[in-house]
Amino acid sequence: MLAPEANSADRTVTTAIIEVRDLVKQYPATTAVAGVSFSVPPGICFGLLGPNGAGKTTTVEIMEGILPPTSGEVRFRGEPLGARFREEAGILFQKTALQDFLTVRQCIALFRGLYARGLAVDEVIRLCALDKLAGRDSRKLSGGQQQRLLLAIALVNDPTVLFLDEPTTGLDPQARRNFWELVESIKAQRKTIILTTHYMEEAELLCEEIVILDRGRIVAQGPPRRLLREHFAEVLLELPRHEFPERARQLPLRILEASDRVEITTDDLEATLRTLLAAQVPLTNLRIRPANLEDLFLELTGRELRA
Amino acid sequence: MIRRMLSVLHARNLEFLRDRGTLLFTLLLPVMLVIGMGFVFGGPPRPLFKVGVLAAHIDSQAQPFLRERYVEFVAMPAQEEALHKLTHQQIDLLVDLRQPPAYWVNTDSPKGYLVEKLLLAAQPSAHRQPVNGAALRYVDWLFPGILGMNMMFSCLFGVGYVVLRYRKSGFLKRLHATPLSAFEFLSAQVLSRLGLILFVTIILYAGIGTIIGFRSAGSLALLVLLAVLGALSMIALGLTVAARFSSEELVGGILNLLTWPMMLLSGIWFSLEGSPRWVQWLAHVLPLTHILDAARAVMLDGAGLAQIVPNLLFLGITTLAFLAFGAWSFRWRID
Repeated sequence: MLAPEANSADRTVTTAIIEVRDLVKQYPATTAVAGVSFSVPPGICFGLLGPNGAGKTTTVEIMEGILPPTSGEVRFRGEPLGARFREEAGILFQKTALQDFLTVRQCIALFRGLYARGLAVDEVIRLCALDKLAGRDSRKLSGGQQQRLLLAIALVNDPTVLFLDEPTTGLDPQARRNFWELVESIKAQRKTIILTTHYMEEAELLCEEIVILDRGRIVAQGPPRRLLREHFAEVLLELPRHEFPERARQLPLRILEASDRVEITTDDLEATLRTLLAAQVPLTNLRIRPANLEDLFLELTGRELRA
Repeated sequence: MIRRMLSVLHARNLEFLRDRGTLLFTLLLPVMLVIGMGFVFGGPPRPLFKVGVLAAHIDSQAQPFLRERYVEFVAMPAQEEALHKLTHQQIDLLVDLRQPPAYWVNTDSPKGYLVEKLLLAAQPSAHRQPVNGAALRYVDWLFPGILGMNMMFSCLFGVGYVVLRYRKSGFLKRLHATPLSAFEFLSAQVLSRLGLILFVTIILYAGIGTIIGFRSAGSLALLVLLAVLGALSMIALGLTVAARFSSEELVGGILNLLTWPMMLLSGIWFSLEGSPRWVQWLAHVLPLTHILDAARAVMLDGAGLAQIVPNLLFLGITTLAFLAFGAWSFRWRID
């Protein structure tokens, strides 16, 4: 349920847990967010996707009440962000330093003390698999352990809505998978999760709905599978760019060029292969695969998501 | 609200206690001050008497009296200043050995009585001019200044840099995402530093007091009240500086800009009596001036609450004003 349509506007107003309306964030030299609107239904994982500099973190920090918008507004349960939101929101920033010289348990206890209600410190420690690290100095944790601690702090008030801003950036694949498992377990509790990421795999795995941002604007919004279905009824053929001859670029095919590869979208695989063979395009390194969100971004903007 | 403040207070205290370098420095500083003052004001035996001589310089060959052993002769060209020192027994006798010879003696001073005998043995015809006034050792006068200076540095730099570090590391931004208000956060910082300051000040008071044999003429409870209000005012002043800036250099510069005028104008080392009126007016805008004026009134003159109420009011009002301004201008994150 995104971008309320005219006939469902009333329903959206009453059911969305967070509404973002005409959000603009202007800095002296740039416009980070240029008029963004969407609604987040309760109990789902909602993704904000886009390359670095797309405006994801700015948007989410305005949603968290950390940054004031230049114009527009964010509503939580139909009301402007206020004391209730701060009590009910859990936040994991992209980068957070904690107080020095505190153990994992003491860090969690500090934040538990800031909320009127929440989970017991031991329960949060158990939830985030920090039992063996509870007595350790928080500065002596690995990247994955540090993220688990920050997640524990974000969960300490038993939040209704949980913001995760690039939570797995910089983690190794194993730590990333462990973190995803934790998020899945939180999703199972029907909490609303707002996830920003530039990892397509992460968004496809965790999010029920997404917004794709580029240069401060929404370029697509909806459930990932529906978006892919709408834009890619076909399959994708990938060829290394350096093996794709110049003359083949004139072929009557839907060709998109990425930095290292050429992508051809088609709903008639056999006909496309015949065309390529006729043009003597080398097919030794050809890959055929279904479209993903990365392809969607390329399709919508003509640029790569990770550029 | 109290629970949230206590939570931050507890964590801040733990952080401070585990930062061994800072802890060591904080505890070492008062110990070093105690040792230093013991060294300066203890030390080897000194001359028994100190005699001021009304002259630009002293020619010990000129008069037999100026060759007396165990007497320190100090040239004093200004008679008024010299008499002031004699009145406060900072010198034991003042002599004018030009013709006709004359001298001034403080009749309340035992040492003055003795050194007068020495003078009359050498100069029987010297004309006697009595003055009176109780003894005031410089160290007694300086002691409140040392306590105040230590308090000033600890409050301004200790609090200012901690908040700045929190802001730069992003810790403040994380706290901002919780129900914690700026006022609650700042109050926790104030209370944490206040506890530390009182602890260190008590060590200094007891340590230096024991070494130099100091005793306060006034109420100890009044001094504690003054220390609390003085420290609160200074900490709150430090917080106004740390409230919004993110540059160590800038904050360091502003803190220096605040501390140096207080070092020079608040009367840590010397009295501002006799200085131009605008200097005295400027001095009375500074919290440290009110701390020291009140402390000296209580410790040296035995002043009661009524006499130092204006100072206490000034410190109380500035605390609230600084805290309110700090909370208003507070920035959780780097802009």
